[in-house]
Amino acid sequence: MPTTRAAARAVLRLGAVALAGSLLAACGSGTSGTASDGAGGKVTLTVDLFGSFGYKEAGLYAEYEKLHPNVTIKQSDTQDEADYWKSLQTRLAGGGGLADVQGIEVGRIASVTQQQAERFEDLRKYGADSLKDRFAEAKWAAAAGKNGEVLALGTDVGPEALCYRTDLFAEAGLPTDRAELAKRWSTWDGYLDLGRQYKAKAPGKSAWIDSVGSLYSIMIGQEKERYYDASGALIWETNPPLKAAWNASVEASRDGLSAKLDQWSPQWNQAFAAGSFATIPCPAWMLGYIKGQAGETGKGKWDVAPLPGGAGNWGGAYLAVPRAAKHKKEAYELVTWLTAPEQQAKVFTAQGNFPSATAAIAEVAGTTDPYFNGAPIGKIFGDAAKAAPVQVLGVHDQNISQQITNALSEVERKGLAPDKAWENAKKGVANTLG
Amino acid sequence: MSLAAPAKAVPAPRPPAVRRLWRALSPYAYVAPFFSLFAAFGLFPLVYTAYVSLHRVELQDPGTMEWRGLGNYTALLGDEFFWTALRNTFTIGLLSTVPQLVMALGLAHLLNHRLRGRTFLRTAMLLPYATSVAAATLVFAQLFGRDFGLVNYALGLAGVGPVDWQSDTLASQIAVSTIVVWRWTGYNALIYLAGMQSIPSELYEAAEMDGASRLRQFFHVTLPGLRPTILFTVVVSTIGATQLFGEPLLFEGSMSGGISHQYQTLGLYLYEQGWGFFHLGRAAAIAWVMFLLILVLVGANALVARRRSRKEAGR
Repeated sequence: MPTTRAAARAVLRLGAVALAGSLLAACGSGTSGTASDGAGGKVTLTVDLFGSFGYKEAGLYAEYEKLHPNVTIKQSDTQDEADYWKSLQTRLAGGGGLADVQGIEVGRIASVTQQQAERFEDLRKYGADSLKDRFAEAKWAAAAGKNGEVLALGTDVGPEALCYRTDLFAEAGLPTDRAELAKRWSTWDGYLDLGRQYKAKAPGKSAWIDSVGSLYSIMIGQEKERYYDASGALIWETNPPLKAAWNASVEASRDGLSAKLDQWSPQWNQAFAAGSFATIPCPAWMLGYIKGQAGETGKGKWDVAPLPGGAGNWGGAYLAVPRAAKHKKEAYELVTWLTAPEQQAKVFTAQGNFPSATAAIAEVAGTTDPYFNGAPIGKIFGDAAKAAPVQVLGVHDQNISQQITNALSEVERKGLAPDKAWENAKKGVANTLG
Repeated sequence: MSLAAPAKAVPAPRPPAVRRLWRALSPYAYVAPFFSLFAAFGLFPLVYTAYVSLHRVELQDPGTMEWRGLGNYTALLGDEFFWTALRNTFTIGLLSTVPQLVMALGLAHLLNHRLRGRTFLRTAMLLPYATSVAAATLVFAQLFGRDFGLVNYALGLAGVGPVDWQSDTLASQIAVSTIVVWRWTGYNALIYLAGMQSIPSELYEAAEMDGASRLRQFFHVTLPGLRPTILFTVVVSTIGATQLFGEPLLFEGSMSGGISHQYQTLGLYLYEQGWGFFHLGRAAAIAWVMFLLILVLVGANALVARRRSRKEAGR
């Protein structure tokens, strides 16, 4: 059959051409990236972030490009911080493919200052020393290296509150006024009691809270020492407040208060719009996330109240410039501008990420948010930020908390005995640190 | 190729010694591109991984290697998560390979008949194989959603309670296997079909004359004729199942393969150790264990096949 043989040969040849073409294309894109920079003083700054920093949403890049006509900013974004971090680590180890500006989560900043200070620019070189007074003291101190290097500048902090659905509360016959709720759930026991009342008359299939993992995370955020003590020793297994947060989460699971949705899972995302839960622990950056997931239809249904059991902090971030960045000086200028009080205030108004610059905290004190029923978010989160403890940060904070919330998921989703889950958490942490 | 070379018109005839040398060496020159690429991207990584697996290496500081000897391997022996991953790899491998090959065989048998639109059907079968793992897995993850998934909706219509396709061990493994089965069944069916078409039709005619039914023909003519093809697909699927990675990783987007590691495969555990926890030495050790495991499995397959065919020959 000569015709089929010819056809087969044609296919092979086509394949070879396509392969060669794609190889050439790959080479081409590799060179064009470097060629576009530098020509005629034009600079393309790359910014690589995780989650939502809100810069694009607040229009800050466009504004910066207008102020600096020779600068173009390109942002890339990974939703999940864990994915972002491992990609960043791989690129740091290889020394290539790094952006000019990289975002760092607060749970990782200890790893940057203690393990990889030599991979990031010491921003003192560009005069960052003079910016110290801009920031809340703890925020600044956490990004300082062993020899006083300034390795990153703070963006937001994560003062904690509770977000709740006023419509679901009303249907279940609970008060919807945030001041009254704050009184009713001044303690975590009060919060869980209210949850049991809600469950008795819950509308539809809705639950009281999204997951017990998030309950644990918000409670542990109220503690000064969580996984490490101030000397850097690992204490989480015997840390009483950690066990208390664990126990409260187990109790919430036992009483069926949770919608059993792991945070950051696709199911969890869908549940915002579906109204599967009535309350969600709410660090300031969660406001923007709720708006994004619940969309326009959620407007006015949500509200924000102060957190049970006092103030706390969950999350927050930094911007750093890797040593291997191409345009370090320009990157530093962009970072100082983005972390300046005026810009931090703009991000808060647009997205809810709470400022770490002291002047910005004062500036946003009066902010209310129509999406959240006009809640005085500036005051609620401002008070929380002032009262929150200064946390001890450890190298493996993020990994350890991941293992613990995993174990709590086993309790709530698989009905695993809490003691066994605790053992699993211990094994998981040992394996992580191994 | 070397035979064709002298036939070509050469402007100035080369001296015979050079020509002889060229004739002796040219085959190596022709295969050199493949083998130099293989050496750079196949052999070197293999050997270097073995070297890394004998050290303690952290991704954050890959320049520092601390000699551990076989420490990484002995640690694996006592590592509960490793055994879980090994068991999962095995059960998911069974859950995906067996239905996939049985269904492929049935489909190939059907497509071997004269059907209207046969070419279309054959092409359509290959479509899942052409779909990217990521796209397919993301769609399946939606279908298998616990609260809003289509599968649970359909089960609900049938009166079966919602299944937690993510956290339940068996259910999650079935869900992951489904993605594999969906992607690979058509591919295997086409290979079987090709094998079936190489079975001489006289055998069927003879069988028919002896009064064998269609079913008996399938079992006594088609299956024996397909044995080498089946062996090939079993080997390829075994290797694929041992290396399974993309589907379990993207199913929930978790490196740990679910909250209790319930569908974490060896490939995923390797990734978690290397790129989640940054322990490159341990990851390299897992990689080598996987490599050896595949060698053993393929060797066992070949042994079984050879014994079978010797038995046949002796009959």
